[in-house]
Amino acid sequence: MFGRLTVEAFKHDFVAMGGALTMVLVAFGIVAALTYYKKWGWLWREWLTTTDHKKIGKMYLYASIVMLLKGVADAGMLRAQQALASGAGNGYLSSEHFQQIFSAHGTTMIFFVAMGLMFALINFVLPLQIGARDVAFPFMNAVSFWLFVAGALLVNTSLVIGEFGAAGWLAYPPLSELAYSPGPGIDYWLWSIQIAGIGSLLSGINFTTTILKLRAKGMTMMKMPVFVWSVLGSMLLVIATFPILTATLLMLSLDRLAGMHFFTSAFGGDPMMYINLIWAWGHPEVYILILPAFGIFSEVVATFSRKRLFGYTSMVWAIGVITVLSFTVWLHHFFTMGAGGNVNAVFGIMTMIISVPTGVKVFNWLFTMYKGRISRMTPMLWFMGFLLSFTIGGVTGVLMAVPAIDFQVHNSLFLVAHFHNMVIGGVVFGYFCGLIYWFPKVFGYKLNEKLGRYAYWFWILGFFFAFAPLYVLGIMGATRRLDHYDASMGWQQLFIVAAGGVGLILVGVLLQVLQVVVSIVNRRKNLDKTGDAWGGRTLEWSIPSPAPIYNFAVLPVVKSRDDFWRMKEEGTTVKPKYEDILVPKNSGKSFVIGAAAFMFAFGLIWHMWWLACLTAVVAIVVLTVRLSDDETEYVITAKEVERIEKSRRPHAA
Amino acid sequence: MQHKIHDAQKNSLGFWIYLMSDCMLFATLFAAFAVLRNNTFGDVSLGSLVNGGYVLTQTILLLFSSYTASVAVSNIVTGSLKKVIFWLSATMALGISFLVMEINEFTQLVHEGHGWQANAAMSSFFTLVGTHGLHIAVGLIWAGTLVWLANRRGLAKVENKLKLFSMYWHFLDVVWICIFTVVYLRGLMS
Amino acid sequence: MKKLFQKLAKDYYWRANNFGKKLVRAEESTPKSVKLIGLVTIFVATAIGLAWYLKGKNVAVFQPTGTIGEQQLRIIYIALILSAIVVIPVFIMAISFYVNFREDNKKSTYKPNWDHSKSIETVWWALPIVLIGVLSVITWNSSHQLDPFKSIASAESTLKIQVVSLDWKWLFIYPEQKVATVNYAYIPVNTPVDFQITSDAPMNSFWIPQLGSQVYAMSGMVTHLNSEATSEGVFTGSAANITGEGFAGMNFKINVVGSSAFSDWVESAKSSPFALDWDSYQKLAMPSKNVPDTTMTLADGSVFDLAVMKYMNPGLQLESFNSTSGGTY
Repeated sequence: MFGRLTVEAFKHDFVAMGGALTMVLVAFGIVAALTYYKKWGWLWREWLTTTDHKKIGKMYLYASIVMLLKGVADAGMLRAQQALASGAGNGYLSSEHFQQIFSAHGTTMIFFVAMGLMFALINFVLPLQIGARDVAFPFMNAVSFWLFVAGALLVNTSLVIGEFGAAGWLAYPPLSELAYSPGPGIDYWLWSIQIAGIGSLLSGINFTTTILKLRAKGMTMMKMPVFVWSVLGSMLLVIATFPILTATLLMLSLDRLAGMHFFTSAFGGDPMMYINLIWAWGHPEVYILILPAFGIFSEVVATFSRKRLFGYTSMVWAIGVITVLSFTVWLHHFFTMGAGGNVNAVFGIMTMIISVPTGVKVFNWLFTMYKGRISRMTPMLWFMGFLLSFTIGGVTGVLMAVPAIDFQVHNSLFLVAHFHNMVIGGVVFGYFCGLIYWFPKVFGYKLNEKLGRYAYWFWILGFFFAFAPLYVLGIMGATRRLDHYDASMGWQQLFIVAAGGVGLILVGVLLQVLQVVVSIVNRRKNLDKTGDAWGGRTLEWSIPSPAPIYNFAVLPVVKSRDDFWRMKEEGTTVKPKYEDILVPKNSGKSFVIGAAAFMFAFGLIWHMWWLACLTAVVAIVVLTVRLSDDETEYVITAKEVERIEKSRRPHAA
Repeated sequence: MQHKIHDAQKNSLGFWIYLMSDCMLFATLFAAFAVLRNNTFGDVSLGSLVNGGYVLTQTILLLFSSYTASVAVSNIVTGSLKKVIFWLSATMALGISFLVMEINEFTQLVHEGHGWQANAAMSSFFTLVGTHGLHIAVGLIWAGTLVWLANRRGLAKVENKLKLFSMYWHFLDVVWICIFTVVYLRGLMS
Repeated sequence: MKKLFQKLAKDYYWRANNFGKKLVRAEESTPKSVKLIGLVTIFVATAIGLAWYLKGKNVAVFQPTGTIGEQQLRIIYIALILSAIVVIPVFIMAISFYVNFREDNKKSTYKPNWDHSKSIETVWWALPIVLIGVLSVITWNSSHQLDPFKSIASAESTLKIQVVSLDWKWLFIYPEQKVATVNYAYIPVNTPVDFQITSDAPMNSFWIPQLGSQVYAMSGMVTHLNSEATSEGVFTGSAANITGEGFAGMNFKINVVGSSAFSDWVESAKSSPFALDWDSYQKLAMPSKNVPDTTMTLADGSVFDLAVMKYMNPGLQLESFNSTSGGTY
């Protein structure tokens, strides 16, 4: 009945019990609050069943923030252990638990924070920027989201029931094979990203179709905002590479569930193939995350410099070149496998070539600022922080692209510092920048500037203190993932500084939470009444904030890049002619599919075969019923549209 | 009506993109097979386990089912519900026969001690061919649903769905041709 | 509480006029220049502090004691200098543009519609391409020269050491000297060493930072790390890839000594009461953590080969094992 799930799965040591209790309390608190305030019906009608891209975006945002808090807490625990575990000191974590935490930290941050924030932003902005009323497949969008949640929940469930994988965030075999990791931890890892990954793949199909088919009349490809271009590049990469992830994880799970031998040491298995395949997905994944951040900066720098984006065509080409090249560099993650001089050199040079289009983008942003009128608000601050840290990351990246140098710093803390430079300094800063920038469009009011600035400075300083010591530790010979080291190495002080840096970042995160709370309380003061909060240039600023359910009462006709800026300059006012608008209906089926996916994975992890079979059937039946349904939209009449528009735009009447 | 035509274009583009991504999935499994096909860990080679005639029969069944699927689609314009359902059912019958033959082949291999646990080559063989089989099974459920829907709601309502199905079915045919060549023919020749 | 929130919001309250007009800030806090200078001071002070802090510490990569590590350090410097050609102008431009073109500096020129320039854009496509071109040549040459599989030319004959990564300790076998050690090794100075590496456990990475380079240890395969120490001393080596619970304790000491001291050590090792043969190897291979240094005589010269071959396709064993490439990847 319960497979291999026994009481043992609920037994944890003291520290792990703390994590488990926190999870249980949070879950219990949410359920209690919903019941006490009688909000279950509201939750179901307004959120769980929604197909509106703006609401789905908000839910991505909330889920990602929860996971961000968890991920930062993980980071704090890791560095605290390393600050303590020198020589005779053993720290407070067991090796096994420490290894679970860094595996969970990486998995959480990439799949459930970075990907989540990215999809939140794309959902918020993409349809609005291209003048569309929704994404191409609203129901599928909701399915993607619930699969994402199912994956995130699996990671969190592992805190309470059983354990998480302890083989790192990419779980290289043979360590992740049954022979060395027989427990359910690796399975939790496998299925959480397998399910979230399938959700991402669906999103990739969805947003690509949206961009290619739903653009406003007149918006040719070369008139699309650069953010849209960057999303297109990113989503094409999703379509091309996430199937590789799906197949690779499938093979590893068949090894573990069915006793196959894809990646085992013996019986002809080939663990090196896994490493090749996982990076054939994993390297493009980095670009999947960073491209939308590039797009965000392109929008923000132009808006806050009050100037057109410099070198639009170069920007588009750079995105294209990066998209293509990102497929040709995966081997640089394992020069040390010993592929020989020729292969290593080719992949090293390909890697360095990517720095050319990236450099071009940096220069274009700089020259967008040049002869502009820069308004130095928080989004612009995040851009500056990005520019400086990303450039440093770029330099260390070029260093590691030279195989001869990589042999000296591979798998050291130097590498760890480098990719955090790119992923925090590039991706996370980019998404924060975008969230502040588009916050008024999504919620209708701006975020508090002062607290935003404090948060920014804590983040920047924390970032510097957390990762500069890691570069130094790396060249001192410290490898990554150590839960203990000899006192004679002389590393402890630097680890303590790094831990302090994480502490500063934590303060930054808490200030961001406070910033949101203060902004909510004071929202009336910061209302965005015009819909154009910052003096924007693109179509999303032409509609009220927050956007009405149908986005555009009248579909725009685009004549140039920065079309809204043109309208403002020309003073275009058209007397609107309203029409009936078709809007997707709510549906609970996406939620059911997400829930079924969660139970399916849970069944496989604990070898409860009946549960896996049952939920698979449920998912297939629900999906079939939904796909057979033709009545998935309802009409908002022209009169109703007019009424909403008049109430939303008093100034325009 | 404008809206519906737009929908059809949108759906078919989205479905094309999905098929491309599915292509990548199969490409990965093919790559794994190419790497592992000789890693039998001392067991007999895959080629010696293949029955050429048997697989050729499977191939012919599937090719023929692709033909019947396209006849079903081409009959939409004639507006004859009966014809569409007939050809769709024929497609399903052929698909089921193919799947039964495949399952039979698998059981036999397992019985003879050449199951997926035997070695890496067998693991990659079962996974590649099995994933295609799983796709066929999904296609059969889809076709069955379409027959039911066509009966209930009439041809007009299933027209676009039917076109997507036939795209999917042809795609699986192409994948099978690759499997037939890379897995079976190459196995027979070596 | 609410009052505090309101005050916070008021301090930084922005009023937006309608479409496209400039934003007006209600209050100005600390001047920007002060903040900027403060920031630069913090960074410079930290850099100086760090340099002072590291004096006398062991910064392995920057203090190489092997020929490979020395050459790698030289390439690191070259790559850093080449990068600086782009990075320094970027930093200067970023900060000066940010300061000069702030919206309250009405003296600066404002060209809102200037959005492209063929000549300028050509420069920044071309400049990085040239730099990367130069670096590519260096990359190509160094990838071959410093390929860890490549043996080092020397008047001295190369010392062979077989290395096995086990859960969780390193086994060193000296096939010619007929001795074996766990978690430590001796090598003679100024003599090329060919570490032949495999794993009888999850994949690991064998790294001695001060000598230079690391290479993966993989089961069923043999990889090579060629190295040559240029000065005597005791250097730390580590397991750079996670192999499970006890991997943090898998570090080892490499003792570099003069050639006569090395022969002395071999002699003393030969008197060890422990012998390594296939049986004792299998006991040793059982998982164990923080294993103390151990010395053994080598009773069975085929232990390393057996440890490799047990993972290999029995049908293919002979031909693969005789090739020196170590593996397909």
